[in-house]
Amino acid sequence: MMDSMKLVYLAIPLVCLFAAIVAGLFGRQIGRTGAHTITIAGVATACALSIYVYVDVMAGNTFNGTVYIWGISDNFPFEVGFLIDSLTATMMVIVTFVSLMVHIYTIGYMHEDPGYQRFFSYISLFTFSMLMLVMSNNFLQLFFGWEAVGLVSYLLIGFWYTRDSAIYANMKAFLVNRVGDLGFLIGIAAIYATFGTLDYNAVFASVPEVINQSIEVIPGSEWSIISFICIMLFIGAMGKSAQVPLHVWLPDSMEGPTPISALIHAATMVTAGIFMVARTSPLFEFSETALSVVMIIGAITAFFMALLGLVQNDIKRVVAYSTLSQLGYMTVGLGVSGYAASIFHLGTHAFFKALLFLAAGSVIIAMHHEQDMRKMGGLRKFLPWTYITAVIGSLALAGIPPFAGFFSKDLIIESVHHSELFGSGIAYVAVLSGVILTAFYSFRLLFMTFHGRPRMDQHTLQHVKESPMVVILPLLLLAIPSMIAGAMFIQPMAFSDYFSGSILVLPQHDVIGQIAEHYHDKSTVEIVFGFMLHGIMQPPFWLAIGGIFLAWLFYIRRPELPGRVTESVKPLYNLLLNKYYLDDFNQKFFANGTVGIGRLLSKFGDTVFIDGWLVNGTAKAVGYFSRILKPLQSGLVNQYAFAMIIGLLVLMTWFLSVN
Amino acid sequence: MIALSDYLILGAILFSISVAGIFLNRKNVLILLMSIELMLLAVNLNFIAFSHYMNDLAGQVFVFFILTVAAAESAIGLAIIIVLFRRRHTINIQDLDSLKG
Amino acid sequence: MFEANQLSVAIWLPIIGAIAVLATGNDQRAGLARVLALLVSIVTFLVTLLLYTGFDKASAKLQYIEDTPWISALNINYSLGIDGIALLLILLTSFITIIVIISAWKVIREKVAQYMAAFLIMEGLMIGVFSATDAILFYVFWEAMLIPMFLIIGIWGGPNRIYATIKFFLYTLLGSLLMLVALVYLYFAGNGSFALADLYTIKLTLAEQIWIFLAFFMAFAVKIPMFPVHTWLPDAHVEAPTGGSVVLAAIMLKMGAYGFIRFNLPITPDASHTLSGFIIALSLIAIVYIAMVALAQTDMKKLIAYSSISHMGFVTLGLFVFNKMAIEGAVIQMISHGFISGAMFLCVGVLYDRMHTRKMSDYGGVANTMPKFAAFMMLFAMANAGLPGTSGFVGEFLVILGVFQVNVWYAIIAGTTLVLGAAYTLWMYKRVIFGAINNKNVETLNDITNREGLYLLILTITVLVMGLWPAPFLDVIHTSVDRVLALSSVTKL
Repeated sequence: MMDSMKLVYLAIPLVCLFAAIVAGLFGRQIGRTGAHTITIAGVATACALSIYVYVDVMAGNTFNGTVYIWGISDNFPFEVGFLIDSLTATMMVIVTFVSLMVHIYTIGYMHEDPGYQRFFSYISLFTFSMLMLVMSNNFLQLFFGWEAVGLVSYLLIGFWYTRDSAIYANMKAFLVNRVGDLGFLIGIAAIYATFGTLDYNAVFASVPEVINQSIEVIPGSEWSIISFICIMLFIGAMGKSAQVPLHVWLPDSMEGPTPISALIHAATMVTAGIFMVARTSPLFEFSETALSVVMIIGAITAFFMALLGLVQNDIKRVVAYSTLSQLGYMTVGLGVSGYAASIFHLGTHAFFKALLFLAAGSVIIAMHHEQDMRKMGGLRKFLPWTYITAVIGSLALAGIPPFAGFFSKDLIIESVHHSELFGSGIAYVAVLSGVILTAFYSFRLLFMTFHGRPRMDQHTLQHVKESPMVVILPLLLLAIPSMIAGAMFIQPMAFSDYFSGSILVLPQHDVIGQIAEHYHDKSTVEIVFGFMLHGIMQPPFWLAIGGIFLAWLFYIRRPELPGRVTESVKPLYNLLLNKYYLDDFNQKFFANGTVGIGRLLSKFGDTVFIDGWLVNGTAKAVGYFSRILKPLQSGLVNQYAFAMIIGLLVLMTWFLSVN
Repeated sequence: MIALSDYLILGAILFSISVAGIFLNRKNVLILLMSIELMLLAVNLNFIAFSHYMNDLAGQVFVFFILTVAAAESAIGLAIIIVLFRRRHTINIQDLDSLKG
Repeated sequence: MFEANQLSVAIWLPIIGAIAVLATGNDQRAGLARVLALLVSIVTFLVTLLLYTGFDKASAKLQYIEDTPWISALNINYSLGIDGIALLLILLTSFITIIVIISAWKVIREKVAQYMAAFLIMEGLMIGVFSATDAILFYVFWEAMLIPMFLIIGIWGGPNRIYATIKFFLYTLLGSLLMLVALVYLYFAGNGSFALADLYTIKLTLAEQIWIFLAFFMAFAVKIPMFPVHTWLPDAHVEAPTGGSVVLAAIMLKMGAYGFIRFNLPITPDASHTLSGFIIALSLIAIVYIAMVALAQTDMKKLIAYSSISHMGFVTLGLFVFNKMAIEGAVIQMISHGFISGAMFLCVGVLYDRMHTRKMSDYGGVANTMPKFAAFMMLFAMANAGLPGTSGFVGEFLVILGVFQVNVWYAIIAGTTLVLGAAYTLWMYKRVIFGAINNKNVETLNDITNREGLYLLILTITVLVMGLWPAPFLDVIHTSVDRVLALSSVTKL
């Protein structure tokens, strides 16, 4: 029995890899239909098996084992292996389900693109990498998956490689991620140096033993080793999950085709950082410093990125900034030890954000690849299905009960409210004000796109039509969990021992436990309604309603208002429009700065100093001395003879005088 | 009776003349060659004088070797000079400075 | 007979084969020369593969030992023997030679037999360097190897080849003469033997050790090359033909690091420890400074040359922190860099053969016309940037893990290569491969031929296998690294 399960675990990522290889290498031979058939079959298999594994794990069958030994160094075997528990199984289902939806959707979205097979190969490869990441049982393989998803993200952002903006964005994404990865790698090295192993369970088991160890990174200041490790790991998470200040790559990544914005840059890859912190909760729990850092970074991201979402006019960028902001929420949740709440939000967010992206993609198809919302409007008549699903997604994002986003987001906010860690007060203010912003920008998007009068030109208007079935079907399939996943999973995920084997929360940090006390001994239905009732009486709900109302006021009722408001706060508006000038700063200071230093070093260090002075200088010095001695070489034999005789005399004299 | 020192003085004078000939002469390679011959003769004179004085024939045997070598040397030298003259149309030393640095 | 002289066979087979190739004469029989050269290189590779299969991984002793008197008056012997580290490098040498010969198949049209023969002779000499256990024999192979390389750059090289060859020759000669001085000193200081095993046991004062260390250091640092004696490498690479660049980057650079392992660490252990800070500083400068210089390059070959120097910084860093994981990482990095840098130079060669320029600004949008090539080069670029799953990651990962145990900051500074390495590699890739078609020449490019696809595919498989399963490479070096560590930690004072 155990062996057959092991085969299932192996099959899940490998079937995606196989499909990716076939579609990638033999794309021309198997054709377009062949490529999408095989990759969709692969992901569908993976999804079905993941659900099977999920059910199996829920029945209590977890697994932790080695697949093969990667290599042995210093007598330590680096392994590739799987750890299957509730956290992993949840992630597997989310990843494969969203991926399957995106695969199907791609048939419609990319059907005109010459790189059709390549695209399917990439997204299957991505699914493989992401599965390797979440199924890993050690930090090495985690890093492997981590970088592999980064690679596929790089390839997909630059999918349309003839566009300058795309190949700028993909390099930027890869490099910013690499900055985070540097921290991550140092964190892994610190883990190995401290624990002598990279295996999750072995590391987590020995955390209490090293709790008092410290490390002197800057001479004279001792840091707790656990804090150092956690902060380094979190730097990695900041890169991948786009937390301030390493968030700059995510908005630009919208240069990629919309399906991958949904899959990679909303639902799965960007949540890898959240997953990683939740996975390493047994480390983070022992460092309140690290938790506070996580919380504050998350709060900054949640609030300031939501602000940026207000002023964007590109439909995908609005959704991108909302993703950033929501990732901030998840990070805040991690920071207050509400790991379950964060993973819960990760799940619901994956559904409704993928839904929103795909809906945006559907709009973009209808608009013939126009993404500026100022040129849209009134589309609800033309795109009824897209409109309905977009409304569901927006309601879920804004956190209106009973949609999925309400439960998960409210749980995070409640957790922050209960937290007593340093910085939780500010974080609470940030997440609360984030709620009104979220509701505002998501309905702004909805109103600008689907309501009001059409602002596009006549030609486009005549050709607007609802997207084909392969596009609508994934929207509908994603709309279902966006509606019900919250109510379905609030009880098991938050208020049961769902994550007990995979996430550790110390009693003094157990914020969700405190919330759960209200719902002790109640049935699932009671909990759902109790939670909703409680939510309606809390500020977040009313803030969300307020945000929606404001959006309605600004974009339906009095469309002249936005212009006046932006006029009156021009500097602030410019600041937001320029993304706090962070991109300019990074470009000027880091990118141009590094290249500039490189040029200087190349010119003065290598060419002038080493080659010019040391190498050619030596040659020149020899040349100089030989020029001085040159006149001695007259070429006249009698002079040579004379010199010989003089020399002989001198030598003889010296010889005689010495003896 | 002619003393040994007289021979040696004559040898030294001959040697000095030849040395002077080598570096005072600025024109002719032939004179250079002759000076070298003269130098060898001065050395030979010393050999013979010492051989007689020490009553050892080895010195005189050596002179024959030197004479042979000197003959060969001047033959080769002359041959070189002829070839040189054919190519450069001069045997003036001051013109033969292609090794000048 | 074969069993007892397997190493000699590996050394002399390609050299004798080269004479046979030369015997085919002028270019009228170039086809024969090519086939013969390929056969010889493949047979040599098989011979070295047998070395691997017959190698006893558990033993720390040198294996395949041969010992014949050579110059008995000075007690110099023709003695050979290898450990796991040398074994891997020998395999790398014979493997890369096959690739080089395939890559030169159509590209070299003049003096084909001579070109092929030069590479075969060099192969034999390089295997000789890795298997010599007598210092003078090592020195002879070491110096002799310069001659074919000198000829390859000087005859088949680019327009500025004379400057490059002279610079290359003088740089390396300066270093190796100092090594000879050190060897002679050791000969008299010890018991009149040049056998490496005897050199390891000589007692030396710290001052003596430091001088000897520095003399060896000059020889090996130039070869690696370490900052600041690296400037010959970009010039040599730029002027060398593709095959020359590949061998230079893939194998020759490794000899410097191999020299550190064979000479500096065991012969002058105390000086190695005393001067380790100095070497580590130079290595870190190489990693960061050179990576930044690489960013500024406009010539593809120069950029890859600088990237090689930066990657070799990891090797020297790993060797001089005296940590087993770091040393194993350094050895793996040497092998992996052989594959990757070779592959990168071959990729540039593929483009150069079509466009006859190495300037990045002359390219742009190559992916439009050469999609297969773009895919191969993407993989090698990622390997060069140290992506996990490719061989480039393994060495860097192990070195960083090992170095961290010694000093946090060394690891952090070395880790910046994660960012900088990706920056210069991907920037090059972006400027050359991505983008819209830049000019007419790019528009008419043909995708890779089957022959080019073959060697790129072989390298791809190697890079991936080594990245996904480095165990077979690591397994043979454990005991050897233990021995190096043991020798370098015994004081000689």
